[in-house]
Amino acid sequence: MARYRSHIMVCGGTGCVSAESEAIIENLKAELKSHGYDNEIKVVKTGCFGFCGQGPIVKVHPENVFYVKVKPEDAKEIIEEHIIKGRRVERLLYEEPMLKEKLDESSKMNFYKKQYRIALRNCGLINPEDVNEYIAFRGYEALGQVLTEMTPEEVLKVMKDSGLRGRGGGGFPTGLKWEFTAKQPGNEKYIMCNADEGDPGAFMDRSILEGDPHTILEAMAIGGYATGANHGIIYIRAEYPLAIKRLDIAIEQARELGLLGDDIFGTGFKFDIELKYGAGAFVCGEETALIHSVEGARGEPTKKPPFPSVEGYRGKPTSVNNVETFANVPPIILKGSEWFSSIGTEKSKGTKVFALAGKVNNVGLVEVPMGTTLREIIYDIGGGIMDGKDFKAVQTGGPSGGVITVADLDTPIDYESLKAIGSMMGSGGMIVMDEDDCMVNIAKFYLEFTQDESCGKCTPCRIGTKRMYEILARITEGEGKPEDIDNLKQLGEMIKNTALCGLGQTAPNPVLSTLHYFRNEYEAHIKDKRCLTGSCKALSKYSIDPDKCIGCTACARVCPVDCISGKVKEVHVIDAEKCIACGACYDACKFDAVIKP
Amino acid sequence: MAIKSLDELKKIRDNSLKKVNLRESGENGEEIIEMMVGMATCGIAAGARETLNAILDEIEAKGIKNIRVVQVGCMGYCHSEPTVQVNMPGHEPILYGNVSAKVAKDIIEKHILNGELLDENILIKTFNKA
Amino acid sequence: MSDAHVKTMSVSDLPQELFDELEKYINTLEDKEGSLIHVLHKAQGLFGYLPREVQLFVARKLNIPGAKVFGVVSFYSFFTQTPRGKHTISVCMGTACFVKGVEKVMDEFSSQLGIKNGETTTDGQFTLRDVRCIGACGLAPVVMVDEKVFGHVTKDDVAQILKDYRGE
Repeated sequence: MARYRSHIMVCGGTGCVSAESEAIIENLKAELKSHGYDNEIKVVKTGCFGFCGQGPIVKVHPENVFYVKVKPEDAKEIIEEHIIKGRRVERLLYEEPMLKEKLDESSKMNFYKKQYRIALRNCGLINPEDVNEYIAFRGYEALGQVLTEMTPEEVLKVMKDSGLRGRGGGGFPTGLKWEFTAKQPGNEKYIMCNADEGDPGAFMDRSILEGDPHTILEAMAIGGYATGANHGIIYIRAEYPLAIKRLDIAIEQARELGLLGDDIFGTGFKFDIELKYGAGAFVCGEETALIHSVEGARGEPTKKPPFPSVEGYRGKPTSVNNVETFANVPPIILKGSEWFSSIGTEKSKGTKVFALAGKVNNVGLVEVPMGTTLREIIYDIGGGIMDGKDFKAVQTGGPSGGVITVADLDTPIDYESLKAIGSMMGSGGMIVMDEDDCMVNIAKFYLEFTQDESCGKCTPCRIGTKRMYEILARITEGEGKPEDIDNLKQLGEMIKNTALCGLGQTAPNPVLSTLHYFRNEYEAHIKDKRCLTGSCKALSKYSIDPDKCIGCTACARVCPVDCISGKVKEVHVIDAEKCIACGACYDACKFDAVIKP
Repeated sequence: MAIKSLDELKKIRDNSLKKVNLRESGENGEEIIEMMVGMATCGIAAGARETLNAILDEIEAKGIKNIRVVQVGCMGYCHSEPTVQVNMPGHEPILYGNVSAKVAKDIIEKHILNGELLDENILIKTFNKA
Repeated sequence: MSDAHVKTMSVSDLPQELFDELEKYINTLEDKEGSLIHVLHKAQGLFGYLPREVQLFVARKLNIPGAKVFGVVSFYSFFTQTPRGKHTISVCMGTACFVKGVEKVMDEFSSQLGIKNGETTTDGQFTLRDVRCIGACGLAPVVMVDEKVFGHVTKDDVAQILKDYRGE
């Protein structure tokens, strides 16, 4: 057997694959071969490193050198310089945005320094298509311990003591959920994994499934043992083909090793897992809707109670847990509930993965202890706002959450504190917005989403979100009426109180929270017919700064309606009446002379 | 082949760990010994690859876990290649020269495992850690 | 039943061998009714879309009402009842992409192709549609052509992307 002295890890997550990481792997292998090093150096396709904004990522072990934004043609230099001669390829190293300093190891980067990776512990470390690598990092040991040394009651106790709460949004204690299912009579029970990640802007579940699929299988088997279920079902979005492929491989390998199937670890415990595909419906993230979808029907939610723990799939007790929740289970078993509950805040234990995106320098997946502040996440880990602009707000909880402003940047985040400031944890999407983003427009964006995704079963959600969307659309078109603000508020509160499921009950949040924090923007749209950021095209009026304009005529030439007048080398003027606010002049001007409204 | 007990799982784990233990999982609590092998052009020409492979073989044979072997660039002692630097936690780094495959094995056996220095091959004893 | 049966059989341009393959797949399933969504995924993979005839075929084979099949097909955005173009351009409308200005990219595709979101060009080359977050937020704004993901797309990239796919 060839023994390797160095491993080159190449990110095989969706983001990096689309940026040609497959070609990087091919080229690295070809270079190694041509230099006769293919028996000494191993190229491994691994899961997401989480630093997606810098992808594709290539990491060289054992030196831990971390290369960013690697292109297929860089493979030659990496092999010839780093591997053969032991010299770092400087130009491919990451530069810390605040310090302008090149860093070679990920452990030195602010992006990783403040992170604490439990759910993402294996992402970027192992080859997700090789069960042996998972086992090498203590994989399936938790399952082995549970089956051979613990009773189901003991497992439930550990889970309850750990304080782990559902990471999909609700925050319900996982141990309790399992216990409810366990307490139900009967032999036919189910454990389900909710991998229908529908929140636009959240992608941690995808990364875990792609980067560490076995951890989900192991955790589901543990959940099966604790609750008395012998069947596991993973409900996964059809839009995640790579995750589906990796899960298929993982299930196959686990069956071969007897880690799924009959008589696991020789204990007589029987457990198997099948995949069910979603088909694109946000509401299916709601557990009762999810169960209906698994049954092959329209994914419409039903009233709770009865809870799925009592009456779920095929009318049998079913525990539905989220991907990230499951990813926390094996470490809790191995390291104990005390270890886990020592991390985090009083009521929210452990860590949370956030998908940091939007106008922030370091876009990616970030796992931090509960109680970390938004400032730490956005500035220390995220490297601050792009292009040196001003922070305006951050949206957490996706279409169910709200905006958080600069005033609350220092709030330690957990389930309760986010709720208290009008947002919510949700699945962990975190969209950073800067001074150029219009809050009315953002609210409209989310409402457009929810009214489109509303399943239509209950009236408040089906019609209410539609009406709210129409009002918002009107406001951004410059046809807002003074009473709109009150109507939005009233309608929002009503939907919150009367909708059937979580989707409807939380749908008004983006509107209510932007109304609360940015009422002035709504008023400017309605009363002055002005969009303060220039995002709403119908309300934009462009003008030219006479001090900056040098009369180059660039703007006049690109204007599609010829509303810019002025002679060469003289200050130009925009005719606001004719202007259609397309923004072409703004893009064309090289001297920042065109002022966005 | 099905795994039928925790021990069988641990066997697979130990085997697999050998293949991946050069990756730093970020969870290694114990202190890591570093061996840095000069792998610049002159080092390779003088046989650094063989040295490196001998080191890796020996580490595996002896089952040493808390060590990482790093290939580095030219350390500037071209007259004494191949060069190997040993960083033991809590000790001054030691730089060895003319490290053949055999010397490499001795370094592991004597220096790493028993704390005896190989005086003949030492280039420098006291300097700031690179 | 007879009416639906006649109509299904009367469609001449849907190849019989695809129906045969679908039927073969259905026959392997144990829990037929619970597998409706899986069957529809399979059917869309075979036919490219789910016209009335295919929906009724599935209904008959699974022994469930056609209305239930239609109800499911129309519920989920992944299923389409009209044929797609040779290439499907999916513009991501996730929040990260929205904040990074994907709307401009969508408008550019729309104007260069002369079709609106959700439509197919008359030559059958391209279908333009928006999709919910595809989970590649690090690359926002993101456009997916068939299975290939393009990251950091600006409106200036649109012409080149279209050119590459037209050239095939």
